[in-house]
Amino acid sequence: MNYMELLGALAPEAIVVLTALVALAVDLLVLRQAPQNARQVVAVSITAVGILAAIIALSVAAPSPPWMDGLLINHSTTAFLKQTLLVLALVAGILSIQSRFTQHTGEYVTLLLLSTVGMMLLVSSDNLLLMFVALELTSLPLYVLTAFNKESPSSSEASLKYFLIGSLSAACLLFGISLLYGLSGGITWTQLATTLRAGSEPIVYLALILTLIGFAFKVAAAPFHLWAPDVYQGAPTPVAAFIASGSKIASFYMFARIFMAALPGTAGSAAWSGATPGWVPLVAALAVVSMILGNVAAIAQRSVKRLLAYSAIGHAGYALLAILSNTEQGMGSLLYYVVTYAVTAMGAFAVVNVIERDVQAPNGESLTDFAGLSRRSPLLSLCLLVFVLSLAGIPPLAGFFGKFYIFIATAQSGTSQGLIWLVMLAIGTSAISLYYYLQILKQVYVVESVGQPTPVQLRPAESACIVAMACTVLILGCAPNWLINRFSPNSTEVRRAGVITKPSTTLELAAEIHPRITAPLGTATGLVQKRPQFETTTANAQ
Amino acid sequence: MLAWTIYLSFLGAAMAALAPKDRPTIARWIALTTSVLGLGIGLAGILHQTNRSALQTIVDVPWIPAIHARYLLAADGISLTLVLLTGIAAVAGILFSWNITHRANQFFAFYLTLIGGVYGVFLSFDAFLFFVFYEIAIIPKYFLVAIWGSTNKEYGAMKLALYSFVGSALVLVGLIATYAHAGSPTFSLLELARQPLPTSFQVWVFPLVFVGFAILAGLWPFHTWAPTGHVAAPTAASMLLAGVVMKLGAYGALRVAMPLFPEGLAAWRDPLALLSVIGILAGAGIALIQKDFKFVVGYSSVSHMGFVLLGLMTLSVTGLSGAVLQMFSHGIIASLLFAVVGRMIYDRAHTRELSALESLQLSRALPFAAITFVLASLASMGLPGFSGFVAELQVLMGAWKTFPLYAALAGIGILIGVAYTLRVLVKAFFGQSNGTIEAATHENYAPISIPERIGALLLLGTSLLVGIYPRVLLDLILPSFETPLMKPLLKGAGL
Repeated sequence: MNYMELLGALAPEAIVVLTALVALAVDLLVLRQAPQNARQVVAVSITAVGILAAIIALSVAAPSPPWMDGLLINHSTTAFLKQTLLVLALVAGILSIQSRFTQHTGEYVTLLLLSTVGMMLLVSSDNLLLMFVALELTSLPLYVLTAFNKESPSSSEASLKYFLIGSLSAACLLFGISLLYGLSGGITWTQLATTLRAGSEPIVYLALILTLIGFAFKVAAAPFHLWAPDVYQGAPTPVAAFIASGSKIASFYMFARIFMAALPGTAGSAAWSGATPGWVPLVAALAVVSMILGNVAAIAQRSVKRLLAYSAIGHAGYALLAILSNTEQGMGSLLYYVVTYAVTAMGAFAVVNVIERDVQAPNGESLTDFAGLSRRSPLLSLCLLVFVLSLAGIPPLAGFFGKFYIFIATAQSGTSQGLIWLVMLAIGTSAISLYYYLQILKQVYVVESVGQPTPVQLRPAESACIVAMACTVLILGCAPNWLINRFSPNSTEVRRAGVITKPSTTLELAAEIHPRITAPLGTATGLVQKRPQFETTTANAQ
Repeated sequence: MLAWTIYLSFLGAAMAALAPKDRPTIARWIALTTSVLGLGIGLAGILHQTNRSALQTIVDVPWIPAIHARYLLAADGISLTLVLLTGIAAVAGILFSWNITHRANQFFAFYLTLIGGVYGVFLSFDAFLFFVFYEIAIIPKYFLVAIWGSTNKEYGAMKLALYSFVGSALVLVGLIATYAHAGSPTFSLLELARQPLPTSFQVWVFPLVFVGFAILAGLWPFHTWAPTGHVAAPTAASMLLAGVVMKLGAYGALRVAMPLFPEGLAAWRDPLALLSVIGILAGAGIALIQKDFKFVVGYSSVSHMGFVLLGLMTLSVTGLSGAVLQMFSHGIIASLLFAVVGRMIYDRAHTRELSALESLQLSRALPFAAITFVLASLASMGLPGFSGFVAELQVLMGAWKTFPLYAALAGIGILIGVAYTLRVLVKAFFGQSNGTIEAATHENYAPISIPERIGALLLLGTSLLVGIYPRVLLDLILPSFETPLMKPLLKGAGL
């Protein structure tokens, strides 16, 4: 493999990194004395140009075969996810214009873009090493960004909490994947998938649990959610929005892929009668706790950002259902869900951002700050109505179909609908969630504001973003086909990415993708040779 | 063409939302035009239905192939009857909310969204689409009650929304389980009904789906949202709640739950019939002792909806068509009762306490309201000549063959109905004056306005027309039980 080819495959990421550096340089060298607002506008404009270029680069790039055994994979699904991530980063940038949480505009934009690069690499790797590096590249800038509001103690506190728990979980993850490597002798999905089987060694379960903890932290699934409410509340709102949207997409995609594609042999079953050990029942436990805890705890919240944090924990529970369904349809429903959820969450945070700027309360916004919003800004409240109802899962908005699709995928997976109990629980908790979502809308539409309603100040770029996201949520809900087809299980690219349903097809698929891997397996040479005790297992599987 | 009832309503909702907020007249006229057009389209749809026994497909296109959901709108006689009811109730509701000036544009936007969702439910023959419309109807109700309501409005609104949402959650569980269980996955009601599901499966899914729907139809003991919701709601919303939304539940039970799970239905038929009879008696009994005028009407709705559910459980053509007729009839009569209580009386006297109304002698102050209410009470009591009589008689006849005891108990329910209706009639309008009534109080009352008169006449006329010549609807309803979807229902009863 030559470096020019690698650069071609990494062109979008390279563009984003360059943009980050240019934005930093311009801000530090040229605009040092310029007024804060101008610096922000320039920085975000540079970001916009770079992101646009990266998006174009992604859409013209032809799908390339995996580099170095899946170290880097590019196909239409990853391209689409990267484009979504870039758009979300741009929106987060636009939202932070005119906000007063920092003077360090250049650094802010740079960190935002670097984190985006981490997410982009995260969605396009089938390799444990790059996965870990990308995950850290995603997280480290986010830790710093969380603390960016130096005047707010809660921002620093949130960042410290985020960083400490994050490092701990990264350690768990690293330990887990090192065990996976030790057990399988490989670091790519295909190597893992062909060697690891449930029941072969107890340490497999330790590896699974540790890996799972790492990802559960990233997606804020209970009981590894403790950082989320503080971070959502304490972090500057655009940063919280990005953590709630972009980081969720990338982490969930990697979460699903490593378990579905790399560890299909250790899945087990979470059926109500006849559960067998593996990662599926573990994910089911996380899902159950997240759905219940997230939706119940959200009822008690008085800050909208905290409420959204707990609602995000509940939503993580629903998304976990898609992962544990462990089918191609489950993967499709997961991607539909996280992408629409990301747009919705970003939209909701965008509205919160406006309100927060409007009230300028020292302790951030609270539910009552939304009182009478419908009289103060009908447009903003209509958009908030769309976002909140979509989160609650009311048709015809995207959130409804997202949940429905996941429930269908979960109910259909497994033998004789053994997972229907999870669907029932999910629908039950979803019914609870309507209560707290209506609490927000009650403030907006029912409660009258005190005194004469004053119009809310909205910037054109900001309101354009909010309206566009609300329209997206509505359109994707009414006509979900467009998005579903992007993640269609029949597309060859997704198959090539290694989304594997049945363990029995693993080897066929491996043969299809990497003809040279199957040979060493069959002849007990190469990677497997290092771990002779697995030889029999693979032979049987074949 | 019937599909335009849905689209027009949503279009009207969008237009009303965009109407200037300080000019309520514009929003009002948008709403009235839209709903009159909807009613017209519904009527035209009935007149144009040439082949009455067949299911008339309106639109059938693939919608979401990934889950085999189709955008399938169709209509049979049952749908058409309820579309007509929705049209009439919607027009009447707007006429009775002509005096709304507070955030009128938003009021009519929510109102028309609700109407659009209701039309959609009555015309959907794909379970997924059905569910989508069913849920669309939930949220506007919340806002209509919470913003424009009166007594305890936020509590009533939240209770209403949560009960509806829990009901639809039960339905959702049932639908997803059915989809996952069906041999060839589909949401089309016709195809699902054709695929026999195992009895053991039907026995646990049927009660979920049926009760999920029946919560909205006021099935005892899940009816408690109805009185509080009705009382809290503004006039137009309580007219819609009682007139149309409760029918959504009964219609869902009849259209989805019963044909899809015939064996589950057979297993649960007796207990459900018992619950309906308890609903009839409990609703009537509680209505008898209420102090608030609106609560009386609210509980009477529970009682009358018990007849619908009892009719459904008879599984005979007489009983089922009686149930559909009762949905229509109660929709019209309950709307009228709520209009009199909420708009004609409460908006003028600012009280609904029967003891307070007793001394006001409203029959002198508001003769039109008194006459309307007398006629509406007669209809509600089930006097011959009004629609309620035909409907309840059919339900009782149907029930007599299968559940003689329940039929007798339901008959007692009718008698209690007479009692509570006469009680409120006398108390509210013909109370004993203690001589201290100042004429000034009466003069303060605005005269009954033209829209109110038109609305009252529309509803009364419909009830009379159906009461005198029930075939106008029965000719529509009866052939619907011959369609492939509904016919197996009757076979299930062994008739």
